[in-house]
Amino acid sequence: MDAQIKPEAGAPGTQAKQRISGRAVLLSLGVLLANIVINGLIFLFFRDSTLNPLLTAVLAVLWGVLGVYLIYYTLTWAVEQYPDRIRRKVLPYVFVGPAVIILGWLLILPALRTLYLSFFNASSEKFVGLSNYAAIFSDHLMATALRNNLLWVFVGTLACVCFGLLIAILADRSSYERIAKSIIFMPMAISFVAAGVIWKFVYYYQPGDEQIGLLNAIVTYFGGEPQAWTSMLQPWNNFFLIIILIWMQTGFAMVIFSAAIKGVPDDILEAARVDGAGEVKIFFGIMIPFISSTILTVTTTIIVFTLKIFDVVMVMTGGQYDTEVVATQFYRQFFMYRNFGYGSTLAIVLLIAVLPVILINLRQFRKQGGF
Amino acid sequence: MVGKKKRKSSKTVVNLILGVICFIWILPTFGLFASSFRPAADILQTGWWKVFPHQEWKAGETLQLSKDVDLRQPIEVNGKTYSDDQLKAGVKADDSRLMWENRRARTVNVQEQGWKATPDLTLDNYKNVLSGKEYKLKEADGSETVQKGSGLSQAFWNTLTIAVPATVIPVLIASFAAYAFAWLRFPGRKTLFVIIIAMLVIPIQVALIPVLKDYTSLGLNGSYLGIWLAHTAFGLPLVTYFMYNFISQLPKDLFESAFIDGASHFTIFSRLILPLSVPALASIGIFQFLWVWNDYLVSLIFIGNQPSVQVMSMKIADLVGSRGNDWHLLTSAAFISMLMPLAIFFLLQKYFVRGLMGGSVKG
Repeated sequence: MDAQIKPEAGAPGTQAKQRISGRAVLLSLGVLLANIVINGLIFLFFRDSTLNPLLTAVLAVLWGVLGVYLIYYTLTWAVEQYPDRIRRKVLPYVFVGPAVIILGWLLILPALRTLYLSFFNASSEKFVGLSNYAAIFSDHLMATALRNNLLWVFVGTLACVCFGLLIAILADRSSYERIAKSIIFMPMAISFVAAGVIWKFVYYYQPGDEQIGLLNAIVTYFGGEPQAWTSMLQPWNNFFLIIILIWMQTGFAMVIFSAAIKGVPDDILEAARVDGAGEVKIFFGIMIPFISSTILTVTTTIIVFTLKIFDVVMVMTGGQYDTEVVATQFYRQFFMYRNFGYGSTLAIVLLIAVLPVILINLRQFRKQGGF
Repeated sequence: MVGKKKRKSSKTVVNLILGVICFIWILPTFGLFASSFRPAADILQTGWWKVFPHQEWKAGETLQLSKDVDLRQPIEVNGKTYSDDQLKAGVKADDSRLMWENRRARTVNVQEQGWKATPDLTLDNYKNVLSGKEYKLKEADGSETVQKGSGLSQAFWNTLTIAVPATVIPVLIASFAAYAFAWLRFPGRKTLFVIIIAMLVIPIQVALIPVLKDYTSLGLNGSYLGIWLAHTAFGLPLVTYFMYNFISQLPKDLFESAFIDGASHFTIFSRLILPLSVPALASIGIFQFLWVWNDYLVSLIFIGNQPSVQVMSMKIADLVGSRGNDWHLLTSAAFISMLMPLAIFFLLQKYFVRGLMGGSVKG
């Protein structure tokens, strides 16, 4: 990685020119302009088109897929019209440029703008300093949202990682590894919204004897009272929502742990067994230390994911019955109450909450020798 | 010998525990699957497990009570007394259940439990959901008109139109960037890369409002391009990180000979890097596809309410919210939305898992 690949002579014909020719400048400007104009026109065509939906779908997919490739193709072609020394300097930026532009426009700048908005009042007209932040931490609803988010992150992540590890270990020793892993991993492919529907059938509650919800049917079968699991059973209803996350995310943890466990060298395990170490001792003494960096990666991923949790709560309870989390509160403040200052502040609070995770990730990356 | 025997018995225990976990894991999904084939009335009255053979009360012989029985007093049937309300709901007596057959005619039915083995299943739910439900609307003049709500099929095509480019675009852009970060040297390389990795943890909520404002002023709201770009931006950090891990591990000698032959970076990228990266491209592509396909929040904000552009997750969330009693539509709609991800998941599972291993397990 240290030595750079030196591009040898480029396409024939370009090598001789060492000065920037006017033709090259014109060509590259033309290519840039043509890309913008053509894609803009296609965009307008789709916006105003009244074609059959199937045809629109096919054409749009073609445009989306081929368009990007063509942009890269034409831009590199334009750069190749320049002399070698210029080309070598510009080409990397052509390659990373689109990524940087899109991220800058749609992720980095917005984060800064949201930070700015968080110091203004509801309609973004008056500067209010830190009072939005003060308000958030004194508001009862916000306190609930923050508490619930903590609960989600802590319980959800812990359960996903532990279950994932347990199942990975079990599957590793089982003869039905493939099918078991498929079943556990399957919920990853299901949308939150569909998962919401699935779990409504588990938690469904109606007064009386006949229950159509699985959980209440089991409870009444054993002579218990049916419960309104996701609404009236506060604050435990949050746990019943978190179970859905565990159901969906454990598979992710499991697959990665499973791969890591397979990476533990067999001879170490054999040596430990010969020395008379039990399976539990092998697990804690050899496997856990060996896959510790994987555990960190998985934990980080799930923490980040859980902090942003939105869909499950939105679909299951809409944030009622004290199940509000930061992301649903944010959505409500912003899109229903039009309270921009408050909404932005919530987003920033979320960002601050994940900051330590960024730092840990970067450090880990440096350790791995990335940079 | 002893050790081997112990191993075997522990293997049975492992399989047993794993079996129980798998059973619990698949049960909720199976419930949805079974429900989606049941008639609307059945779904609301009994649990989905009733599709299996089960015991049910069946009408048996009829008892005729004498005409002068006072229904307000405890009623004597077969030597025992029951109240009117009890007979209305059905009351157990020995092995059978007593229930009014016709209260006016004063006939009581003695029901007995019997096995019911043939479940009532139907495809109507799917038909209704795909073609749109019919609503009866009362006009001002009192006449009724039947209106068809929009079906899921339009939403299905919308979702596909969004998901395919929103998968290809970020994967392609990220691969170009990853190649440059891994194999080209340029000023600002480290800084840019660290910034992109840091973006991994930015909650997208932070970006939604400013982006929405830009989109509104550019007219990108509710357009395919707008939603592709949004999904691209939100997926890009992870895809770049993932592709970098893969592309930077490729052996260097591979490109050197290509350079000597006079190939440009673009040629090397499209002729060498892309074909070599197929396992990684496939697995991260599947992931991105599933995320976009299953996304709700981004669509909710950038797509808007017109039915012509709505995606499936919005449609279903709509069904959950506004018509909580249409369980039969909800179940089949949810299942239809799961078909594509599940198919992809089971067909391409091999790549999925292999790619995941390449990306995140580096010891």
